[in-house]
Amino acid sequence: MQPGPKIAAQELACRRGDRLLFAGLSFELGAGDALHLSGPNGIGKTSLLRILAGLLRPFAGEVLRDGSIGMVDGRAALDPQAPLGQALQFWSALDGCTAPDNHADQLGLGHLLDVPVRYLSTGQLKRAALARLLAQDAAIWLLDEPLNGLDIEGVALVEALVARHCAGGGIALVASHQAITLPTRDVLAIVDFLL
Amino acid sequence: MSALGKLLLRDLALLLPGGKRGGSLLPFLFFLAVAMLFPFAVGPDAPLLARTGGGVVWVAALLAAILPLDRLVAPDLELGIFDQLHLRGVSEEAAMAVRLLAHWLSFAPLLLLATLPAAALLGLEGETVRILLLGLLAGTPGLAALGLMIAAMTAGLRVGAALTGLLLIPMAVPILIFGAGALAQPEGAGLGLAGAISLLLVAATPFAAGAAIRAAREG
Repeated sequence: MQPGPKIAAQELACRRGDRLLFAGLSFELGAGDALHLSGPNGIGKTSLLRILAGLLRPFAGEVLRDGSIGMVDGRAALDPQAPLGQALQFWSALDGCTAPDNHADQLGLGHLLDVPVRYLSTGQLKRAALARLLAQDAAIWLLDEPLNGLDIEGVALVEALVARHCAGGGIALVASHQAITLPTRDVLAIVDFLL
Repeated sequence: MSALGKLLLRDLALLLPGGKRGGSLLPFLFFLAVAMLFPFAVGPDAPLLARTGGGVVWVAALLAAILPLDRLVAPDLELGIFDQLHLRGVSEEAAMAVRLLAHWLSFAPLLLLATLPAAALLGLEGETVRILLLGLLAGTPGLAALGLMIAAMTAGLRVGAALTGLLLIPMAVPILIFGAGALAQPEGAGLGLAGAISLLLVAATPFAAGAAIRAAREG
């Protein structure tokens, strides 16, 4: 992990189609910070995360990033036909991680490595995406509704992982309409940046 | 191994016949089926078959190149694979260049191999077969590039394979004209021109397909 990751948004605005979702959104996060993006469905949480990741261009404003980005969203990016172990192996090899099975074990997937990804349940798929994130060892985590489909134990696991990541000097941005316990209590309500 | 090498291995595992994405022998069998049906349709007229057989092989190759297009880009776009690659510093252009190589490898060598039995079925002679093989070698990279470009552009549209095929056919006409034209005029520049068009398409496709994938994100 690189020392002192940073991510800052400056006067961000996002437009989808003809609609301006939010404008004038700014924040700055440094090592160890966690931020909860809250708001109802359709308010622009996913768009904001994708702008921060550099996957979408903001309508106005800019994003300053210093550190590698890891993202978990609604799609696991794992080949449905491949066994879970092999699908994770592709990403961990790309990320230069030597012990991907460790991460799968941490997320309670150790017994599923031979099962094709298409047979996994929603919660198991979410855990698999989180295992991919752990193997990536990215400094800045962008989590889009990471609790969707997870059981109570899974929710506690995500909270523990985020706490450990931030304690290790990482940054976590979590978009969720659900309550989630993060190491810092900062909440950014996107509703505040509507026009 | 570099990231692109690992990506190529994954793409090949998906696309090669017997691969995980239902990559099958279908284009190969389809191609052979056309070469087999044609003599039945026109009757046992050996000179006529020898004269028209090369063109039939070209048309069969063009149609066979359409079959793998629906699973070339769209599934990975839906899975978010290109997003995750982007976060790891693999540009869309690089991902598409790798995909182009994997796509060509997954259908063209088999097609060239199948040209030999197809030529036997159509009663083509040695020199014709040689020009046919050279022409396909020059033309298939262009067909693969066109296919990938169109697959990337239609990936976000959910229109299915039919439109992709329909779009490919008119754009593949120049390759067909020069590649198949070389059969009638072996001393002409047909092969060279087919190869030149292929090179142009191969050079342009990673950029066009990469831009298409970025545009699909905004949509």
